[in-house]
Amino acid sequence: MPTYVDPAKCDGCKGGQRTACMYVCPNDLMLLDSTSMKAFNQEPDACWECYSCVKICPQGAISVRPYADFAPLGGVCLPLRGSQQISWTVRFRNGLQKRFSFPIRTTAEDSIEAPAPLAQDASLEDNRLSTEEAPAAALAPAAPVRATVSEPDRQRIFRTHTPRLEDA
Amino acid sequence: MSNAQHQQAGLPLANPDIVEHDLDILIIGGGMGACGAAYEAVRWGDRHGLKMLMVDKAALERSGAVAQGLSAINTYLGDNSPEDYVRMVRTDLMGLVREDLIFDVGRHVDDSVHLFEDWGLPCWIKGDDGHNLDGAEAKAAGKSLRKGDKPVRSGRWQIMINGESYKCIVAEAARKALGPERILERVFIVRLLTDKDNPGRIAGAVGFNVRRNEVHVFRAKAVLLAAGGAVNVYRPRSCGEGLGRAWYPVWNAGSTYAMSAQIGAEMTMMENRFVPARFKDGYGPVGAWFLLFRAKAVNALGEDYCVTNKAMLRPYEERGYARGHVVPTCLRNHMMLREMREGRGPILMDTRTALRSTFATLDEKQQKALESEAWEDFLDMCVAQANLWASTNTAPEERGSEIMPTEPYLLGSHSGCCGIWVSGPDEDWVPAEYKIRAANGKVYNRMTTIEGLFTCGDGVGASGHKFSSGSHAEGRIAGKQMVRWCVDHPGEAPVPAQTPQALADMIYAPWRTFETYKDATTDVEVNPHMLTPRHFMLRLMKCTDEYGGGVSTFYITSQAMLERGFELLDMLEEDSARLAARDLHELLRCWENYHRLWTVRLHMQHIAFREETRYPGFYYRSDHMPLDDAAWKCFVNSVHDPKSGETRLFKRPYIQLVPEANG
Repeated sequence: MPTYVDPAKCDGCKGGQRTACMYVCPNDLMLLDSTSMKAFNQEPDACWECYSCVKICPQGAISVRPYADFAPLGGVCLPLRGSQQISWTVRFRNGLQKRFSFPIRTTAEDSIEAPAPLAQDASLEDNRLSTEEAPAAALAPAAPVRATVSEPDRQRIFRTHTPRLEDA
Repeated sequence: MSNAQHQQAGLPLANPDIVEHDLDILIIGGGMGACGAAYEAVRWGDRHGLKMLMVDKAALERSGAVAQGLSAINTYLGDNSPEDYVRMVRTDLMGLVREDLIFDVGRHVDDSVHLFEDWGLPCWIKGDDGHNLDGAEAKAAGKSLRKGDKPVRSGRWQIMINGESYKCIVAEAARKALGPERILERVFIVRLLTDKDNPGRIAGAVGFNVRRNEVHVFRAKAVLLAAGGAVNVYRPRSCGEGLGRAWYPVWNAGSTYAMSAQIGAEMTMMENRFVPARFKDGYGPVGAWFLLFRAKAVNALGEDYCVTNKAMLRPYEERGYARGHVVPTCLRNHMMLREMREGRGPILMDTRTALRSTFATLDEKQQKALESEAWEDFLDMCVAQANLWASTNTAPEERGSEIMPTEPYLLGSHSGCCGIWVSGPDEDWVPAEYKIRAANGKVYNRMTTIEGLFTCGDGVGASGHKFSSGSHAEGRIAGKQMVRWCVDHPGEAPVPAQTPQALADMIYAPWRTFETYKDATTDVEVNPHMLTPRHFMLRLMKCTDEYGGGVSTFYITSQAMLERGFELLDMLEEDSARLAARDLHELLRCWENYHRLWTVRLHMQHIAFREETRYPGFYYRSDHMPLDDAAWKCFVNSVHDPKSGETRLFKRPYIQLVPEANG
């Protein structure tokens, strides 16, 4: 399965307010098994390998085994994400390793401030967005060219069928 | 969901509690467009005390198409004019686009990019010595896009970023604007609601919490529908675990198109699709390889197939298409597909030559930096491709990698343009045909034909090439207009036609189906009375692939094939009443897949109506192979009537607003 959980490392986020992987997965995949208190991916073939859970897991318990239908075993990329940069270890099938680091943010986490109030004269009737200094220019005048087509009133009607889910 | 053997079922289903919300503005979605709308709506709306709520089916910090990150921002105008931006989009999308909407994005998009940079998104800048500074180095050197320093362009419109945290940053700004109390996560909207006395007026929406048994009913004056494009509507090339490795995010289920069409919003260009040519299987991006690293794609004989097949462009050039230096994306596929059909594949991106020829001009440290840039392109936005390189011992400086056109995707913000028909700006230069006038006589930019329903990003049809930044800017445009709508309609409170209990019963029907029939067999996956959502999706994708121009027919379809497809889809629609959910996760999948059915069926209906091949390389009508301007230089639009169950397709005139560059 694309993401997998190491049972020796996963602690079910017992000490935290929420199960981190379950909180973050964009596709509702990660789930905490209420018996073992370990997380697992409940639908591996719907995993995008987006790494959101890998990056957020406080225990480093989540990894990826690339897609079974096309990836030979043994290669994987593993991240270590900080607040300003991310470091990647790329491990090839043949054992070769490469390491890369990239900046991810130039400001402190949580430092973005709520927007300031608008100027008193800001109008809802023009096209100015709240942080723009003035309304944007109109398109310079040119004669619009209307394309004409044969059978402009042509139509086709399709019918939907019942019963269906919304009528069930 | 496929796992009868799994250690345990998902979160249990039970009779849901009903939670009701009364709002001015409801924002459906949490991606780039929705975050832009929230940021703007708060600034304009708080002055009027408007009550607003953003509802995301996932967690805001990692939701939407940019959840994983991006290595580039594909729309930043800088020194370019919005008119030239319109010309590029029009050329790429074969002449049929809403030039008012594209111009409007073009004149506002840079402001969003400057905000991203202010908020902390690292943007590359050209250093004084001509070499690239990454976003952190640029900031340390006191350089920025906002100040006018030169971006690192990978193409005329694209700029490079260190974008692993792009969405986290944009989401943080939206969250700070709204405050946590105005964000509701893990609630999936199933259906839009119209007013009981006026079906042409939005009244709200209904959805459910995917983590708790709660149905949420929202009543609102204005609704923004920004729930992304459609993925897994055509059978993908990878049908095992790789089902999830879609090029566009696999969680985009067509909800935007299905929910708007269902209540009778006018749709446009739903026949358009996007078939990206990407690195095979991993679907890693090719843009930086073509544009930044100057790699060539060649066939098995080492030939540049865009050169050897140049004559294939002639019929289009003769009709005025594919002129200038932009070869439309579909036509580049058109040439690649010929190579594959005629056995000259595989097509290889020659990364080796590209990197080695650049390496020859660099010292060792600079070579290392270039290698790092090449890997970052994948690691920022498509780790799966880097995983595939690692798994196959592929070092790009040593050998090339295969590229291939993917399965079809439906979207309106990237290099495709299906979506909802919306109003253009309320300005004199916009023709009346492109304006939607509300009952109060006013025009609201980005409002659909349903009063009070707005959209942006993937939702807006006939207006592609917005990408992440343009979707954010378009969300901001819609956000301001929704505030204007609410201020212009004080005291009005639309009332949904259905009761909350009836809506809750509708949403939870798949659970009742499961409970009714689960004991009829010894295996819930094999049961003559019901369908799992997975089975439903596989049946849908097999039908669209084989009859609707998917990969198995090299994107070819015809009237006869489509008609057979419609018969099968009719039966699938009837069987949707037998969709069964055994847990909350499957209830989510049931409704997502129902949205997929509505979306891709409408796509095929539009293809059936447009009797020409407008996008060769994306799909072919074998019974109408030429591009036919005399009959089809127009939009194809459609309206579904929820009362009669009929969907009507018709033509809408195309109006050119921006003249050709040379007179």
